[in-house]
Amino acid sequence: MAGQAEGRQCLAKRLASTFPGKGERKGGVINTISKLTKTCTLRLTVCKLYFILSDKVANGGASMWCELCQGNFFDEFQMEGVAAEHNEIYLELVPENLSRALKTAHSAKAVKIKLTNKHCPCLRVAVELPSLSSSSRIVTHDIPVGVIPRRIWNDFREPTMPDFDVSIYLPVLKIMKSVVERMKNLSNFIVIEANLSGEMNLKIETDLVSVTTHFKDLGNPPWASEEGCQSSAQGRNLESMAEACIDIKKLQQLLAGQQVNPTKALCNIVSKRIVHFILLHEDVSLQYFIPALA
Amino acid sequence: MKCVIAGGNVKVLGRAVHSLSRIGDELYLEPTEKGLSLRAVNSSRSAFASFLFAPLFFQLYEPGGPAPDTEHFRCKVHMKSFLGVFRSLPSLEKSVGKCLILLKHRASRLVLQLHCKYGVTKTHNLAFQECERLQAVFDTQSCSSRLCAPARVLADAVVHFPPTLAEVTLGTGPGGKISLRNYVEDEAELSKTMVTELWLAEDEFQSVTVSPGSRITFCLKEFRGLLTFAEASNLLLTIHFDEPGRPVVFTLDDTVLEVHLVLATLSDLESSSLPPPTNGVSHLPTPADDFADDLESYMVALESSACEGASGGPPSPTFPLRTPRTAQSDPEEQEEEEDEDGAVPGTPPHKKFRSLFFGSVLTPGGPGLAPTQEVLAEDSDGEC
Repeated sequence: MAGQAEGRQCLAKRLASTFPGKGERKGGVINTISKLTKTCTLRLTVCKLYFILSDKVANGGASMWCELCQGNFFDEFQMEGVAAEHNEIYLELVPENLSRALKTAHSAKAVKIKLTNKHCPCLRVAVELPSLSSSSRIVTHDIPVGVIPRRIWNDFREPTMPDFDVSIYLPVLKIMKSVVERMKNLSNFIVIEANLSGEMNLKIETDLVSVTTHFKDLGNPPWASEEGCQSSAQGRNLESMAEACIDIKKLQQLLAGQQVNPTKALCNIVSKRIVHFILLHEDVSLQYFIPALA
Repeated sequence: MKCVIAGGNVKVLGRAVHSLSRIGDELYLEPTEKGLSLRAVNSSRSAFASFLFAPLFFQLYEPGGPAPDTEHFRCKVHMKSFLGVFRSLPSLEKSVGKCLILLKHRASRLVLQLHCKYGVTKTHNLAFQECERLQAVFDTQSCSSRLCAPARVLADAVVHFPPTLAEVTLGTGPGGKISLRNYVEDEAELSKTMVTELWLAEDEFQSVTVSPGSRITFCLKEFRGLLTFAEASNLLLTIHFDEPGRPVVFTLDDTVLEVHLVLATLSDLESSSLPPPTNGVSHLPTPADDFADDLESYMVALESSACEGASGGPPSPTFPLRTPRTAQSDPEEQEEEEDEDGAVPGTPPHKKFRSLFFGSVLTPGGPGLAPTQEVLAEDSDGEC
């Protein structure tokens, strides 16, 4: 089968990377992703790594796009894709495995990741740890991965920025997280609403109780009017709220995975359609789309 | 029986009970001249632990009164009840000065009394049941391999495995290195499960006496309980093992305490009809000492050995390819549940470890299958 042949070809080429001392940050990103989804796609290109979750029904329609520059994490990075003009590798993996493998990496002297094919394609993570003996201790983790054939690479394209109604910076994530966690006990759905005056409300409503948490003075990101991406927002009444009702669990998972406060955190709301979260850390950008429920 | 434990030893007792609670649901107590023995066994009889506290451990120790010829009193209590008394180790340390254990025959109660700060006394009256002696048959002298290391070395190694991992394989490799690897049951799962492996150098151990190429698989969960105790007590842990299928014995030795944990191991049935798995474990060159390029060459070597294996290199069955039929059913396992021998798919792992050692006779040189008349295992409750 053509697809499989391509898959095998890219396995024959190797991806090898070592990153002493930087494992910790990569571990942080992967930890976040492992809380969002059980499996995801890892796309490797010469300069960047992408963790992708496409919006299939199985994910409840949520999708994710996470991008990081390999240079910020790896001291050495070699990759050869399927062919010269398609110098990329797409792998399907369980991020939790990778997260676990990297867990002890922060105290490691070196970490090496390699794509191999023993009895099945695997990402082999070898961690060299200091030990009391004269030689280091080496721990290897073989993470089974699936190679994604080129013919379906199109399924994993970068999502376009939606034509949002309101764009607003998120409140301090720690606070937002504890609010959402408590609300999760009361309801399965949460309404996020925000306006262009820096106000955001998180609301839940059940038969017995309704709870609203108000945030203000959050600030709205100044999207420069490029390519009319702000067309819905222009000329919009500053006080008018755009809202979307989403699955509270998805929001909670996103917030639970954030251990470090991002440099920038914001969300774009398309009224009653979708909420698009953007979290920027120094060298990682994470976008997460949660569709609105009818 | 009456004994008093004072000061820091109360916490040691508490930790021991926590460790035993990871094994079984009932705590067996047996006061003897040599000391107080606390034991536990798991429901499938594949794990047994015993803590023997010497008289010196106690401020006061009276095993209590039978005439020299009569059997000592033995009883068992619910693990949960006993553990409840020692549940919070930090508060034991902070507020308990003395612990009194007293057997009240007439009232049929085992009394545990904690004398705490500020004159507070907490008295727990536990119901007990008299029982037969619980003793696993094992002989550390007859084990061909022995490893001895500070508990911390093993605790550091085990941390790389997920807390839910059921079984781990301990093996010996070239260069005297010791490997630990998670055990994956069948080949179908190999392509879905993450496999973690690590190597420990010989000089991390205090002593290593192993037959090369030996390998045993045992339940990690039960071992972790002992490891936590050992690490906290800063003791040296000794591992005695033999061939797959024979139990592995973990011991901790101290002047006032003797601990044994006996775990059944998976027997390694080699099926010659199937080709050996190509995970190349037995070909593994061990990571050499100086790292810089060696992680690379180690990984390259891993690759090439795997490739050799794939092209039909020297066959060397490493792990059983399919769920093994665990050891021949011992005729004397009357109390064993009627488990099917051919592994039922989805059987929880610990059921497949047959408890070989209860009742198996380890007469030196004997074939080991002669049924023993003496039932050394459990009481007549007919449980299980």
